[in-house]
Amino acid sequence: MTLKSSDFQTVEVTTDLLIIGGGMAACGAAVEAAYWAKKNNMKVAVVDKAAMDRSGAVAMGLSALNQYVGMKAKGRKPEDYVEYVRQDLMGVSREDLVYDIARHVDGTVHLFEKWGLPIWKDAEGNYVFEGAWQLMINGESYKIIVSEAAKNAMATLGANGQIFERVFITEPIMDGDRIAGAVGFSVRENKFYVFKAKAVVCAMGGAVHVFKPRSTGEGFGRSWYPPFNSGSSCYFMMKAGAEHTCQEVRFIPVRFKDAYGPVGAWFLLFKSRATTALGGEYMVTRKEELQKWAPYGLVKPIPANLRNWLMMLDQKEGKGPAYMRTEEAIKAIVDSEPDEKKRKKRLKEVESEAWEDFLDMTISQAILWAGTNTAPEEKPSEIQACEPYFIGSHSGASGAWLSGPEDLQTAESKKDYFWGYNRMSTVKGLFGAGDASGASSHKFSDGSHTEGRIAAKSALAFIKDNNTQPKVDPAQVEALRKKTLAPLDQFAQYCGLTTDPNVNENYIVPEQYMYRLQKIMDEYAGGVVTMFTTNEPLMKTGLDLLQMLKEDSAKLAARDHHELMRAWECMHRTMQAETHIRTMLHRKETRWPGYYFRADAPKMDNANWLKFVNIKLTKDGKFEIIERKIHKIC
Amino acid sequence: MPSYVIVEKCDGCKGQDKTACMYICPNDLMVLDKQRMKAYNRDPKMCWECMCCVKICPQQAMAVRGYADFVPMGAQATPLRGSEDIMWTVKFRNGTLKRFKFPIRTTPEGKAVPDGGFKTDPKGDDLKSPILMGEPECLRVPALPTLKK
Repeated sequence: MTLKSSDFQTVEVTTDLLIIGGGMAACGAAVEAAYWAKKNNMKVAVVDKAAMDRSGAVAMGLSALNQYVGMKAKGRKPEDYVEYVRQDLMGVSREDLVYDIARHVDGTVHLFEKWGLPIWKDAEGNYVFEGAWQLMINGESYKIIVSEAAKNAMATLGANGQIFERVFITEPIMDGDRIAGAVGFSVRENKFYVFKAKAVVCAMGGAVHVFKPRSTGEGFGRSWYPPFNSGSSCYFMMKAGAEHTCQEVRFIPVRFKDAYGPVGAWFLLFKSRATTALGGEYMVTRKEELQKWAPYGLVKPIPANLRNWLMMLDQKEGKGPAYMRTEEAIKAIVDSEPDEKKRKKRLKEVESEAWEDFLDMTISQAILWAGTNTAPEEKPSEIQACEPYFIGSHSGASGAWLSGPEDLQTAESKKDYFWGYNRMSTVKGLFGAGDASGASSHKFSDGSHTEGRIAAKSALAFIKDNNTQPKVDPAQVEALRKKTLAPLDQFAQYCGLTTDPNVNENYIVPEQYMYRLQKIMDEYAGGVVTMFTTNEPLMKTGLDLLQMLKEDSAKLAARDHHELMRAWECMHRTMQAETHIRTMLHRKETRWPGYYFRADAPKMDNANWLKFVNIKLTKDGKFEIIERKIHKIC
Repeated sequence: MPSYVIVEKCDGCKGQDKTACMYICPNDLMVLDKQRMKAYNRDPKMCWECMCCVKICPQQAMAVRGYADFVPMGAQATPLRGSEDIMWTVKFRNGTLKRFKFPIRTTPEGKAVPDGGFKTDPKGDDLKSPILMGEPECLRVPALPTLKK
């Protein structure tokens, strides 16, 4: 018997605040929401598509906390962090949002430490910095510890706090221009869920597998950002009508080739150089190129996308491979130790630190080094630009356009950046955090958690002011149920017509749909195959092909709960893909050459394009582009 | 495979309706074959090799074999995760063995206290105040920075 929509019962859950997601931002939202909801007798529900202990991008662990302002430890101010982010993103950032996270993030880090996260300390008991803003941690259980705090906090609410795991959210429920909740389904049981809420915090992460990955076959899942980030934040908030920003600002990290092991410790802690085989140290030999990207190219640290770009220029000229010079870095560290005995000890320490860096957050890289008999003290290892990802929390910027805090606005910025509730989108009651929040880059794991905290408290303030349950139209819910479960019926109806259920004229299985999406994005929207280069005719062809793909999404078929989730992930990724192409197409310049290069508009144009390119879906389902001004707030 | 289940060791978590690996996999890949009472990875090419399943398996019945499309064979990284630290054994293709031990947490399991014992300024009780739980004490500076003077 094949699974059908009629096998599913509908389960209704009514709450005050609904938090969607289970990663760092969602856990931050849960911790903070529980604290204030208890004082105000409000209900909170959290819905996660996985198990919160290992949900989201920090599932595997992490070897650093990448945002620590050190207001006490270093005497720095949030303004200093704003300056860093502004330059790294080539002038395009929401400084109010960046400042806001920066002023709270040290508190989050100190909470993590109390919860039990081991942060490296030196002999004097001070945190060990990896680079200017990064702290080294023993982070294998980072996510388990953060999830534990979130669960313990939710438990204090008793019956007013509920956590749903393994429930995949598909679509928002709307009451006119206000969010009214969300629908989804259990990936384990025959249950269709209807969550009714007065406010929603969306924290469903970024997007991976929109572009074709470099790996083939088994290694397909070895993306740098995890494959379970499926564009759900973008889809959910776009469908609710929320304006989005920086959807063109994808992120492409340079990492150890193939297994995508982290390079931060090597560059920052071990002071390694990067070179290409025939071009030498490209950051030195190609220094002149940085003038073209002034003023951003002339600051330190040089923006991430420009560091990528200089390496790619060598590779385009056939000067690769590119290498992390691990052997040089280790030699320099060991040689700096005058005593012979201490040298051996230091070598052992560096070796342990280097392996922990991989084992804590990218175990595949440890397996690759072991599989290739790599001794980093003897030979360099290849580095490579990965495939494009959508991650508003790193050096990318994609996400929703959210209101900032009132006390961080200038008279000018307030008109554009503030509309009542911090982190509320342009849709009433719908909030965003983490990768769901745009133009507030460089928040990483701890800043994302911080942003979840900010959004949750603000959402409770919204609920207090708007304390009515939005109307949920049963006809809307019925239509959403039908749409959500449709791939099951598609499969059940037609699977008997062919001997191989994967090949059928009447439907497309999610796996093949995803390959089609990735091929379009790779070849037309500046993927790996064109070394991230595109132009208007390519993008327009890509959009045409995407329209047909979207039409075919109505023919997605699923044989079980798991495949139903895959089908919906495909639809969510398609929204991310379309907003990406449309915003790249609109911005007629190249501003982040190491992320994508428009061959038909190869230069940065500050006179015309130093602004935000925003996008939203109108009520009749059309994409609308909106240009917004950039304000300096400090 | 990337993550795979060793037939001899897997006991299907003794007939409970969900196994530890099924519970934890962030990508919903692990399934229990109820006829054989053995778990399996239903879609290895979507595996991130996060090893959450390997670390949680009570029978140590799971391991990871490096992705076949780019990792030469013969290597393995084996974790043994305790309540305070994790031990790793890394086996190289050439037989070299390396062992590492790293701490994983400083508090007893389950005991993370949400507010960390930091006091919250009562001004935060106004839900519109930017003061979050534990602030300003947890910031280690006297007051939350603002641009409104």
